[in-house]
Amino acid sequence: MHELGISRNIVAIVSDAAKGRRVCRVTLEIGRLSGVLTDAVAFCFDAVSQGTVVAGAALEIREIEGRARCAACGAEFPVPQLPAACTCGSRRSTLVAGEELNIKSMELEEVA
Amino acid sequence: MCEVCGCDSETETTALNLQTGKARVLERDLHAPHEHVRPDGTRYVHSHAHGPGDAASKASPPQHSHELVEIETRVLAKNDALAARNRAWLAERGVLALNLMSAPGAGKTTLLERTIRDLKDERPLFVLEGDQATANDGERIRAAGAPAVQVNTGTGCHLDADMVAAGLDELDLPAGAIVVIENVGNLVCPALFDVGEHRRVVILSVTEGDDKPLKYPHMFRTADVVVLNKIDLLPYVDFDVARATANARAVNPDVTVIHTSARTGEGLDSWYEWLGESTAPAGATPAS
Repeated sequence: MHELGISRNIVAIVSDAAKGRRVCRVTLEIGRLSGVLTDAVAFCFDAVSQGTVVAGAALEIREIEGRARCAACGAEFPVPQLPAACTCGSRRSTLVAGEELNIKSMELEEVA
Repeated sequence: MCEVCGCDSETETTALNLQTGKARVLERDLHAPHEHVRPDGTRYVHSHAHGPGDAASKASPPQHSHELVEIETRVLAKNDALAARNRAWLAERGVLALNLMSAPGAGKTTLLERTIRDLKDERPLFVLEGDQATANDGERIRAAGAPAVQVNTGTGCHLDADMVAAGLDELDLPAGAIVVIENVGNLVCPALFDVGEHRRVVILSVTEGDDKPLKYPHMFRTADVVVLNKIDLLPYVDFDVARATANARAVNPDVTVIHTSARTGEGLDSWYEWLGESTAPAGATPAS
């Protein structure tokens, strides 16, 4: 359910940045370990953008795979899901990718 | 309730000061662009398919030339900035803030009631209660002897930094106090939202599954302490304490695990010891 609030934040931030111009594309970066479902964000995005300059904009979501660095052996390894476990057996690691929840860019219609 | 996303635009977020009885509606500017009712008064019903590739199919053919604008902003930047402000505000006052989270019914309010009664002569405790509706828990806290503010989130599934800022305004917090922010009962959404706490406390009760830390890793991996509650019921349930502890440490290797029964009082000494060792950071604003 938090994807609804997240989508509202996205629309609010993009609307502010657009300064009244129409937005035709929004590009997001969402990590697979961010705790946010991309499908749910896409679902909510259209609804919450109604009546704003973002209404009707295409939504592009770039998903980022999870990666962690092992605290024991120093290796960087893929983390398809939590918990992260290094092949060396250690459970101690730091996530280096996969927690992103960012707005990368938007495309605005040129003023004629 | 909206068919699209479960949002009820008529439901407001409110903060009720249980000392004064005054309630106020929180201004939620993030909700401003939210619109589900068409100008003619009909409710907007979402009917698009949202499968993979939908974004591409929705991209309108470029009849106009488009200007690409880099934004490079974290979606939760505003919440996180507000949370940092809450944390600094609390630290300046020497107040320790705990974010207390669990599934509904794990015993958050009961643990607090007992803690308030047992520590009333030692350390002033204040509670910010988060629930979708009712002031029931806030009233329980008041009856136990601590000042409380009840924040009702409407349909919201978690507290955010803005709601907590409004709630903190209502509490007259003295130096050395502990403010417990009892989040909405939910192991999913509250994990994502920093509210400005100094420590995260997650309760897991033995009437739940001992694999909960693996099922909800986002919640458990950021916890400072996991409280295994309702241990008086262990003889009657299949919950395996050793397995639950191993599961918690699988996602959070250094987490402190405390066993309690808020009902009988068993194990509460360890909880009070942990609380006693937890102090507000001096003036700084640590990232949590």
